[in-house]
Amino acid sequence: MKLAFTDSHPEGIEAPYQVAITGLGVVTSIGTGKEAFWEGLLQSENLSPTRLVDDFDPSNWMSVKDARRADRYNQFGVAAAQLAMDDAGPLEVDPARAGVWMGTGVGGLTTLEGQVLVAHERGPDRVTPFLVPMMMANSNAATISMRFGFTNVCQATCTACAAGTHAIENAARLIAAGRATVMLAGGSEVATTITAQAGFANMTAASTAGISRPFDAERDGFIMAEAAGVVVLEELGHALARGAHIYAIVAGAGSNADAHHITAPAPHGVGAAGCMELALADAGITADEVGHINAHGTSTQLNDRSEAEAIEKVFGDRRIPVTSMKGALGHGLGAAGALEAVGACLTFEHDLIPPTANTKNVDPEIHIDVVTGSPRPLPKGAIISNSFGFGGHNGTLVLTRYQG
Amino acid sequence: MDDAQAFEQFKQCTVKVLGVSPEQVTMEASFAEDLDADSLDIVELVMELEDSFGIKVEESELEGVNTVGAAYQLVKGKLA
Repeated sequence: MKLAFTDSHPEGIEAPYQVAITGLGVVTSIGTGKEAFWEGLLQSENLSPTRLVDDFDPSNWMSVKDARRADRYNQFGVAAAQLAMDDAGPLEVDPARAGVWMGTGVGGLTTLEGQVLVAHERGPDRVTPFLVPMMMANSNAATISMRFGFTNVCQATCTACAAGTHAIENAARLIAAGRATVMLAGGSEVATTITAQAGFANMTAASTAGISRPFDAERDGFIMAEAAGVVVLEELGHALARGAHIYAIVAGAGSNADAHHITAPAPHGVGAAGCMELALADAGITADEVGHINAHGTSTQLNDRSEAEAIEKVFGDRRIPVTSMKGALGHGLGAAGALEAVGACLTFEHDLIPPTANTKNVDPEIHIDVVTGSPRPLPKGAIISNSFGFGGHNGTLVLTRYQG
Repeated sequence: MDDAQAFEQFKQCTVKVLGVSPEQVTMEASFAEDLDADSLDIVELVMELEDSFGIKVEESELEGVNTVGAAYQLVKGKLA
């Protein structure tokens, strides 16, 4: 990662520290924990019309009292954070050097929606005193910091469907700059309430066929998922000293804005392309050094077309294998980028690119190499992971294999 | 409703809201010390008790109510 780009250093000033990913945790409809998650990602089809985690039991992760005072999105995030911590092993870190950075689209929407009904039907004096701490979008980051006693930076990012990616970027930059040694970073989202579902359906972003099939000619929108993903980010030297397993290096990241429209991507994906170019420059690599793209690929008409155009613009005629994990996962909104970062780490781990589930016939207007049907061997090179949020927020991570 | 029934109902509300075990809900138990309840927990418990018993408790009445026994007496005093 680079600390800065200046006139005298247009190629960027290298950050003093490298950032390793040393722990993975996910809660998703296809599985909780990295093993079940990976198995789910390898399937060529997932025709379930929903992506809910029906068997999630908060009491496996927190006390009954704590669970009652935490919105479901927060419970998911805590579970994912615990899984990531368990996966990372003993961190042996000064708590003042460890922090939390979580992303979410809306925070505790389930609680808010329920309490709106309470207020209107039973009166304002029946609204729970826990409404504010349960609904606020920083509640998950706060709960995680309290759980592990981490007192370094603790913040939340709200950039819609790019929030998980941006949270990881922001956390990684703190480590790269030497401000923190360990960060728990990711995203959590449970926005599958009747009202939010209606909002997405009525704006025609949700699939009416009930099939998530990114880049497919017949795609007609996404399927909303409830999910959370967390990674343990750790200063490389610290990770090596304690003998940690290193899944990947966060080599660079990009973040920019379309400054175009509140929901539609900029024409021809110019913002997305710019974001990928920023990320490559941050990593100090060229497009030729990228081996695989983990796309945002939501299964909406607009996103998939403009993202494909952006990829073509940045990578030219090179046929880089592209996959979208949203065929399997649905769209985890503020969690999506974190799930896909975990997915990219596991892609390195297994040297396999999972297929874009459900996609049978790639849209003839989309000229990128979409991995469909069965997994494909991972070529050499970096993996880039894209996330784009309503509001025109773009985020890209560049992950590389640790060459020990 | 006799006293035993009323306290049983009070106990159930407390167990539900504070996530404690029924055995912990004794007359002597302190909300802060023994039941790990902070001020927001007390507000929620009062709301639960109001719903359960069909009573109304004013905020001013909660002054100095620090134990299960004191809270139970407050509730009991409002039952016809």
